[in-house]
Amino acid sequence: MDADTVDSRVANVLDRLRHLPGALLPILHEIQHELGHVPATAVPAIAAALNLSRAEVHGVISFYHHFRTSPAGEHLVQVCRAEACQAVGSRALEAHVKQRLGIEFGATTADGKVTLQPVYCLGNCACGPSVQVDDQLHARVSPQSFDNLLAKLGGNS
Amino acid sequence: MSVRVFVPGDSTACALGADQVAAALVDQARSRGLDLDLVRNGSRGLFWLEPLIEVETAAGRVAYGPVSVADVAELFDRDLLAGGEHPLALGPTEQIPYLHKQTRINFARAGVIDPLSITDYRRTGGFAGLDRALTLSGQQIVDAIKTSGLRGRGGAAFPAGIKWQTVLDTAADQKYIVCNADEGDSGTFADRLLLEADPLQLIEGMTIAGLAVGATRGYVYVRSEYPRAFAVLRAAIALAREDGYLGPDVCGSGRAFELEARLGAGAYICGEETSLLESLEGRRGLVRAKPPLPAIQGLFGKPTVINNVLTLASAAAILARGADWYRALGSGRSLGTLPMQLSGNIKHGGVVELPFGMSLRALIEDFGGGTASGRPLRAVQVGGPLGAYLSADELDLPLDYEAFAAQRAMLGHGGVVVFDDSVDMAEQARFAMEFCVAESCGKCTPCRIGSVRGVEVIDRIRADTERTDNLLLLKELCDTMEYGSLCAMGGLTPMPVRSAVEKFPEDFGA
Repeated sequence: MDADTVDSRVANVLDRLRHLPGALLPILHEIQHELGHVPATAVPAIAAALNLSRAEVHGVISFYHHFRTSPAGEHLVQVCRAEACQAVGSRALEAHVKQRLGIEFGATTADGKVTLQPVYCLGNCACGPSVQVDDQLHARVSPQSFDNLLAKLGGNS
Repeated sequence: MSVRVFVPGDSTACALGADQVAAALVDQARSRGLDLDLVRNGSRGLFWLEPLIEVETAAGRVAYGPVSVADVAELFDRDLLAGGEHPLALGPTEQIPYLHKQTRINFARAGVIDPLSITDYRRTGGFAGLDRALTLSGQQIVDAIKTSGLRGRGGAAFPAGIKWQTVLDTAADQKYIVCNADEGDSGTFADRLLLEADPLQLIEGMTIAGLAVGATRGYVYVRSEYPRAFAVLRAAIALAREDGYLGPDVCGSGRAFELEARLGAGAYICGEETSLLESLEGRRGLVRAKPPLPAIQGLFGKPTVINNVLTLASAAAILARGADWYRALGSGRSLGTLPMQLSGNIKHGGVVELPFGMSLRALIEDFGGGTASGRPLRAVQVGGPLGAYLSADELDLPLDYEAFAAQRAMLGHGGVVVFDDSVDMAEQARFAMEFCVAESCGKCTPCRIGSVRGVEVIDRIRADTERTDNLLLLKELCDTMEYGSLCAMGGLTPMPVRSAVEKFPEDFGA
């Protein structure tokens, strides 16, 4: 997507949402939904539209774990690290996932297929360990079933 | 003649393959020339049986589970649509003991109805509370909530009636109802389940709250980790609006109530009420000092009722069936029902809605069936990541707010996370600090920095580096965080840490 298209997509989102009370989070969600992340070039435009400083907008983006400022890989894999999943072996799963993908949390595989992130609770606490791949939740994930999931994504990192 | 078959569209059910099972059922029915009417209901909350499918037979609804795609052909071979015998057959759904032994008020309709059917909702008593509320004054509605004894179900357990009274008494040109659906505690999923199974109940409860205090706008703040719940809620709001249950003229009353669902963005601290309000206002989720209370100066500086999903949903039942009926359940100051959530290393995890008072042991053993692994239970964390760890011989506590507080534990939102004897309690204590590092809003030094130091101190203890001195230091650090933090994030992180050190000293090298 070229810079002009990015700018016009951002402008379109701002047009639609700027008048909402407390508009910034809905705007950031919509931009990330459309562009896959919140590009740095969007910040001045958002600031101008909402009469905020760029620092304020940057502060909001950086506060929330959900928003990313650079593109993610083709697929987002989130592994739950919270207590209920720990109780059924998520630490071992986490180690396996990192080893299998060859990356740490927050990174993307070299082939650009998978971005790995931690998540703290997906609300699947009776059927952990839990992993979310893009918008699909997976339950009772084991190292084996994770490998199967990965194979289905075509990821071979 | 078509037979109704229910397959949950709930997140957990789908994580276990419910979408694929639904597709296979439709496929098989078609290829056998059978007339199947598929309904995607919510989950009954008996998660170890998901995907749990139900068939509406002449004799009522019968259940099968856990069903996988591989089972579908044989189910049809055994006359599924007539409720045929099969190893996965569970009999009449509502006779399943786990369900039968509960007192379902919030979850009465979960799994029973199509969550996005106003007809189903009305038919099962929905909007009866709202109908009644429309005939009452705001004060009368508030009085009903006060009489019911309803306390906030998010975790702080503050009397809801007092909160609503404060908002009613505060004059303003605009007031708000805000629903806290940022259910971030590990081990909890009752809010998620309700949003996905019976969202209209929350909508009804919020509208009642609006009528009570004079608020014409409401927001539901749903955490971003619950995309399905957010989608179902949005669809329910649109339906309610279409049929006049929301909008400028609720049920033709001339009273307005507009509702909007908003998405969080992955910050646990936004489950704290003032941080949530900051987030709704488009800011960083920093915690606000109180006073002023949100009831007086809340969203956009206006008087705001901010309550948990279950608290607001309970208002619908209370108005429909009466405050006295509600307060007859439970005892002491813990009145009504609490949906407990059994999770972690548990055989039969799910939502168990009960009047307050049952023992935690009975919940874990009789409902939960003990650990999933079959290994001995070693620790239980109740009330989320900021709750104390209980040891195996402390489980005879009654599920009651005051009883838990007296044991320096926390009932909270009702999450019960079970650990077997493979748990390393020093590792759990370290995680409590680690989580605080990740989720601290950053405002208070004891929380922001204390948590970082807490991880370091625990690591030194685990490495047996000046263990005795570091254990003392950890104790003092916990005191600092508890007394020096503005909110429960830093203030209660010491709770799980202290409980781990005191009750499981052997894991800390003692």
